[in-house]
Amino acid sequence: MTTITPPTAVAGASVVRDRRPNAAREAWLIAGRDMLHWVREPWGIVFGLAFNIMLILMFGFLFGGAIELPGGGDYIAFLLPGMFALTMLFGLESTMTAMAEDAKRGITDRFRSLPISSASVALGRAIADLASSALSLAVLMLGGLLIGWRPTTGPGEVALGIVLLLWLRFSLLWLGIFLGLRFRGAGATTAVQVLVWPIGFLSTVFVSAETMPGWLGAIATWNPVSATAAATRELFGNPTGTTSGWFAENAVLAASVWPLVITAVFLPLAAGAYRRLRR
Amino acid sequence: MTLMPQPTTPDSPALRARGLRKRYGAEQALDGFDLEIRRGQVHGLLGPNGAGKTTAVRCLTTLTDLDDGHAEIDGIDVRRHPARVRERIGLVGQFHAVDEALTAQQNLVLFARLSGLSKANARRRASELLASFELTDAASRAVSGFSGGMRRRLDIAASLVLTPAILFLDEPTTGLDPRGRATVWQAVREIAAAGTTVLLTTQYLDEADQLADRISVMDHGRVVAEGTPAALKRRLGGDRVAVVIADAARLDEAAELVGRTVGSAASVDHDTRTVTVEVDDGQKALAPIVRALDGAGLTVDDLALRRPTLDEVFLHLTGPGGQSASDPTAASTPPLHETQEAR
Ligand SMILES: Nc1ncnc2c1ncn2[C@@H]1O[C@H](COP(=O)(O)OP(=O)(O)OP(=O)(O)O)[C@@H](O)[C@H]1O
Ligand SMILES: [Mg+2]
Repeated sequence: MTTITPPTAVAGASVVRDRRPNAAREAWLIAGRDMLHWVREPWGIVFGLAFNIMLILMFGFLFGGAIELPGGGDYIAFLLPGMFALTMLFGLESTMTAMAEDAKRGITDRFRSLPISSASVALGRAIADLASSALSLAVLMLGGLLIGWRPTTGPGEVALGIVLLLWLRFSLLWLGIFLGLRFRGAGATTAVQVLVWPIGFLSTVFVSAETMPGWLGAIATWNPVSATAAATRELFGNPTGTTSGWFAENAVLAASVWPLVITAVFLPLAAGAYRRLRR
Repeated sequence: MTLMPQPTTPDSPALRARGLRKRYGAEQALDGFDLEIRRGQVHGLLGPNGAGKTTAVRCLTTLTDLDDGHAEIDGIDVRRHPARVRERIGLVGQFHAVDEALTAQQNLVLFARLSGLSKANARRRASELLASFELTDAASRAVSGFSGGMRRRLDIAASLVLTPAILFLDEPTTGLDPRGRATVWQAVREIAAAGTTVLLTTQYLDEADQLADRISVMDHGRVVAEGTPAALKRRLGGDRVAVVIADAARLDEAAELVGRTVGSAASVDHDTRTVTVEVDDGQKALAPIVRALDGAGLTVDDLALRRPTLDEVFLHLTGPGGQSASDPTAASTPPLHETQEAR
């Protein structure tokens, strides 16, 4: 037989908690753990960003020259705010994957067996994912500045634009948590990857709705991603590609309300999906 | 409010479960499951695949809702106060639940802090546990590169960041090599010696025999027998005499003869050419059996006298339909007279 060190820590004096349960502290710890993942395995984020940059270059320079904007203006300046909004949508996939992986790997069960509040698991995810999206946004904005995109408004408006972008991301968190917990099987992530595309393209991210057939333009205009893109364009003082219509006048309102609706629907569903783990 | 778990009635058992029921679709995973564990005891929960061991553990640790029944841990109602129950349990699930992307140390510090230790205390506790489970050298390596045994040890360490009143271990040594198993056994003994109650599920009878003060055998979602390992073995009756006959063609003749000699029915296992018979006193029975076989010109290849093993108890209790002729071991086991407690 081999020699085995007796696990002395096990037999020592009993260890009891020295901090009271505190959901904010727990959420922060869980967020820290999620962020450690990215430090240790940054490739997901790096490739995600590289992909977005590729999209910008492809659309901006390859197709951009052929795209005429209704109302005029530079295509790159039109495209960048759209890409910011699209990046928020793409974040959905990473939320979903992370939730599904944790549930599959038993980490969620480990959290659920600890004396912590169930809200802190979701809050931790929210903090981490918002931080990662904010970072991606910062990189894209810097990249945009390099290729000639400029916000032409004041810092207050720019800040509001950024808040609206993250507000969209925040609402999609709950959708991602819901999907990740409900559909954990293989292929679920692929399904979301595939679904994100039509949603991303059926929007005004790349082209103005006014150049589309009427019905398609209506769908694209009503897309939450378009609402945020339009509001961001307006707030950054970039070309909106829109000359008239309710949305042209109320873009900021739409970009505020849409995420509220998404959150109102999917936050309870996400909480329900978390409770369903007990079934 | 105190940070210590609320004091409970000291004479309440560490765990008490009555009539637990849990259904998954058409599958009645728990079907009137009863269990009581006294403080400081190691209780083994044995059962074949699908018996409901994991379901029982998950329900008792608040991970899964019960359909029906009453369960309390440390005197606290599991269904009514799950949060308070979580304060006093440690759980090592059947499938390890540590974060692959983090290091061993990061995992333990995270779980320790989430369990309510300050940063400094969490660090201290993590290094203590790493040392105890021989993981100090691997402390700053990512868990994704760990062997199964290392993961399992880390998993157990993670469930001990606070001293639990009761520790649940769901098949803690499945898939481990003998050394890994020995380390886990040693840990369980230490944990129990320190006064922690342990509920351990296992497929390995020797594990339960080695570690458990008492054993519950479960099948089809309920406990079919409960007692100390010795008492369970005693229930299968007296000694066994097993004779290996050289001539396979004359096995039945040999069984007839052996049965007549000791006055009870002998069973035959053709694959191993073994005739087995149960006797009250094995030592007294040996000589007449050998003499009878010799007199009939049957050559004996091997002869063994042994007590029933826990494996036999297990197979007897949990074979298809309780006991089955298609199961060679069950067939060689005489019927258990006071079978499954009437429920
Ligand atoms: N989440 C679930 N959904 C559906 N059925 C389940 C679920 N969990 C368990 N079951 C079913 O309940 C029964 C008991 O399963 P359980 O996992 O508790 O058995 P077990 O004794 O732990 O088995 P094993 O030794 O294989 O781990 C099985 O028939 C299983 O298929
Ligand atoms: Mg199991």
